[in-house]
Amino acid sequence: MFAYVIRRVLATIPVMALVALFVFSLLYIAPGDPAAVIAGDQATPQDVERIRASLGLDRPFLIRFGEWVWNILNGDMGVSIFTNLPVTTMIQQRIEPTLSLMILTLILAVSIAVPMGVVAAWKQGTLIDRAVMGFAVLGFSVPVFVVGYLLAYVFALELDWLPVQGYTAFKVGFFPWLENLILPSVALGGVYIALIARITRATMLEVLQQDYIRTARAKGAGQSNILFLHALKNAAVPIVTVIGIGIALLIGGAVVTESVFAIPGLGRLTVDAILRRDYPVIQGVVLLFSFVYVLVNLLIDLAYTLFDPRIRY
Amino acid sequence: MRRRTLLQASPALLASPGLAAAQSSARTLRFVPQGNLANIDPIWTTTVIARNHALMVYDTLFGLGQDFKPRPQMAAAHEVSDDGLTHRIALRADLRFHDGERVTARDCIASIARWSKRDVLGHRLSALLQEMRATAGDRFEIILKQPWPGLVWALGKPSANLCAIMPEWVAKTDAFQQITDYTGSGPFRFVAKEWVPGSIAVYERHGAYVPRDEPADFLAGGKQVHFDRVEWRIMPDPATAAAALQNNEIDWWETPLADLLPVLRKHKEITVAVVNTAGALGMLRFNHLHPPFDDPAIRRALFPAIDQTSFMQAALGEDAALWQVPAGAFTPGTPLANEAGLEALTSPRDLAAAKRALRAAGYDGRKVVLLVPTDFPLINGLAEVAADTLRRIGFNVDAQSMDWGTLVQRRAKKEAPEQGGWNIFCTTWEGLDVSVPGSHQPLRGNGGDGWFGWSASPKREALRDAWFAAPDPTTEKQIARELQSLVWEEAPFVPLGLLRPPMAYRRSLTGVLTGGPALFWNVRRG
Repeated sequence: MFAYVIRRVLATIPVMALVALFVFSLLYIAPGDPAAVIAGDQATPQDVERIRASLGLDRPFLIRFGEWVWNILNGDMGVSIFTNLPVTTMIQQRIEPTLSLMILTLILAVSIAVPMGVVAAWKQGTLIDRAVMGFAVLGFSVPVFVVGYLLAYVFALELDWLPVQGYTAFKVGFFPWLENLILPSVALGGVYIALIARITRATMLEVLQQDYIRTARAKGAGQSNILFLHALKNAAVPIVTVIGIGIALLIGGAVVTESVFAIPGLGRLTVDAILRRDYPVIQGVVLLFSFVYVLVNLLIDLAYTLFDPRIRY
Repeated sequence: MRRRTLLQASPALLASPGLAAAQSSARTLRFVPQGNLANIDPIWTTTVIARNHALMVYDTLFGLGQDFKPRPQMAAAHEVSDDGLTHRIALRADLRFHDGERVTARDCIASIARWSKRDVLGHRLSALLQEMRATAGDRFEIILKQPWPGLVWALGKPSANLCAIMPEWVAKTDAFQQITDYTGSGPFRFVAKEWVPGSIAVYERHGAYVPRDEPADFLAGGKQVHFDRVEWRIMPDPATAAAALQNNEIDWWETPLADLLPVLRKHKEITVAVVNTAGALGMLRFNHLHPPFDDPAIRRALFPAIDQTSFMQAALGEDAALWQVPAGAFTPGTPLANEAGLEALTSPRDLAAAKRALRAAGYDGRKVVLLVPTDFPLINGLAEVAADTLRRIGFNVDAQSMDWGTLVQRRAKKEAPEQGGWNIFCTTWEGLDVSVPGSHQPLRGNGGDGWFGWSASPKREALRDAWFAAPDPTTEKQIARELQSLVWEEAPFVPLGLLRPPMAYRRSLTGVLTGGPALFWNVRRG
């Protein structure tokens, strides 16, 4: 297993290198010029050129790429063109809200979706099953921002239970932190709950047809015992897989959710950087996201061994 | 159950820290600016938001009053020699930077020197400057090669680039590099350690700042601060900002979306008002380098078809209090605005006449590339009406949608439209920028060295030079009339109307100063 982990970690290196090359090339050929954005309307073309030169944007592609890779290898992600702050500092400022949002959404989604899927499978064809599946369709179909606006309108504006927007750091206190994250997590979690609930239901239906379930029933095992101990554990591998894959969904959804709820996270940092063509920040954040995605998938692969002892690495 | 009791029912949370927080929040002004404060050097960048930041953190030697005339601000006295060549400026005795150091003549000279390398009026100073020298710790002279009565206006102009007074060692930073120290001279201190670009920028009252002993008068007069802390909270989503304002989570929103104004107006705790009375002049800009708009007859053909009201309604809705037409070449309501030739836009609109003029000018039906910034709702509205107007009189329009970041790069391209260039784009210019010929970039005629569109006109350049040397307001007004007449003749751009987007703030705020951008002195709660 240790060798497997090492192999997988080493395998991330070419993946990250490819991502780096792809992102850098894409930004190089994409339209937009940060020097023109910085210079503004009053600047002369000479001013724009001078700013471009001072930012090093007039140098050839290979030199810029080589320098960037070298700096990354030395732990330096560069400095934002606009804010003059190190990219690592900007990521550090933003990582807590995004992590908080994703973790809370994950907890919320798994704790709601898995029981929903199990119950839907158990009560297949009943009103409960249809209600769960109806909710899943709704969760998939309604965009995150619409859910966000509706939640803010009802729970913040009308009922005044929760704030409309913002983020309070965890160090300030658990309840203020939670208060700001409830609505965004519910909004972001909708699509995730739908996905996990559907997969859980489908997998459980398959498992519930297996002989060993019939045997468990014949031996007099209780319904909850059968569902959660025998069936769910055997259905866990595909469910865990979809949770891992869904991390990408969460990252994408976080961009919208953070904008709607004015949460200063990495999603908004990415959008702001793209709109301004702040190349070092875009490159840094995309690299980070891809690294997280690779890492999460590695953890998911390792988690398989917990649910299915037959799996060995 | 209300919010205060939903999650905060724990006795520990109801204890004194909560009360302290409530008290401190009363001394905090929560403001949602128009965009993200991404960089904070008002010389390095010309963005409006960096200028607004600079107005808080830096003081200026002179400041404009409500009448748009300059008055001494950091300057205690100012005199001009009889030959008009030497400006002598004495500083107020009580000026301190945020680090406690006195503001000296050397700081002012270094700040003016850096500003003059980047600002359009600063360039004028550079061209005319003989020497700047300190004559005492708190006095200095600016000696010119020829008289320039507009120098004081330039030093006090509120539009980008602002002539912000910084400590000498900060002002010695290359004008093409960002400053790294934020020590300022203004009524607020920038709290750099709390700055999260894209999320929040925090300012604290500068305790050692001594305002002038006068009532506040736009950017002149006494800058009395009534809040200990001002937080700029960046909210990219207008619906969220509107909800936050309604829910009393913020106090002031700089740029409410026109679509949301009816909701905000209905709210009994919210005031919707035009604060920036100078507004922004909408305009349609031609590329003068390539056909068909290299031909003034084709550019002029548009005038009979331009309905400024339609442009304004598309940008800001039907409430006529939020815009002003007719608008000529200069910002309506400012001293140089005039009526010369304005009938080009005020006479009954005549599409047939525009079509005839276009045919007579020999338009060959070639494609006209219009750049449309979809992420700027206001400018997008102007561009949509422009596309429709152009099509209705017979232009073959290729409206290309893009984000603003792409547009600013694209408009800098001098290549032909079919090679990645362009023919037309719409934009807005800060009203104060285009209120005088000196900083009115679209009016300039300096061709390839000029603003995007590269209009060449020796006549307009000569008139601009004459304005710099104008000895009195009467002469300035005459020059402005002549310049505006040339706009109808040479059509470097088409004025589309003056936009006055309102701001929205909690009714509990009083003393909000009007005239330009949101200002944070004089305003108080209650």
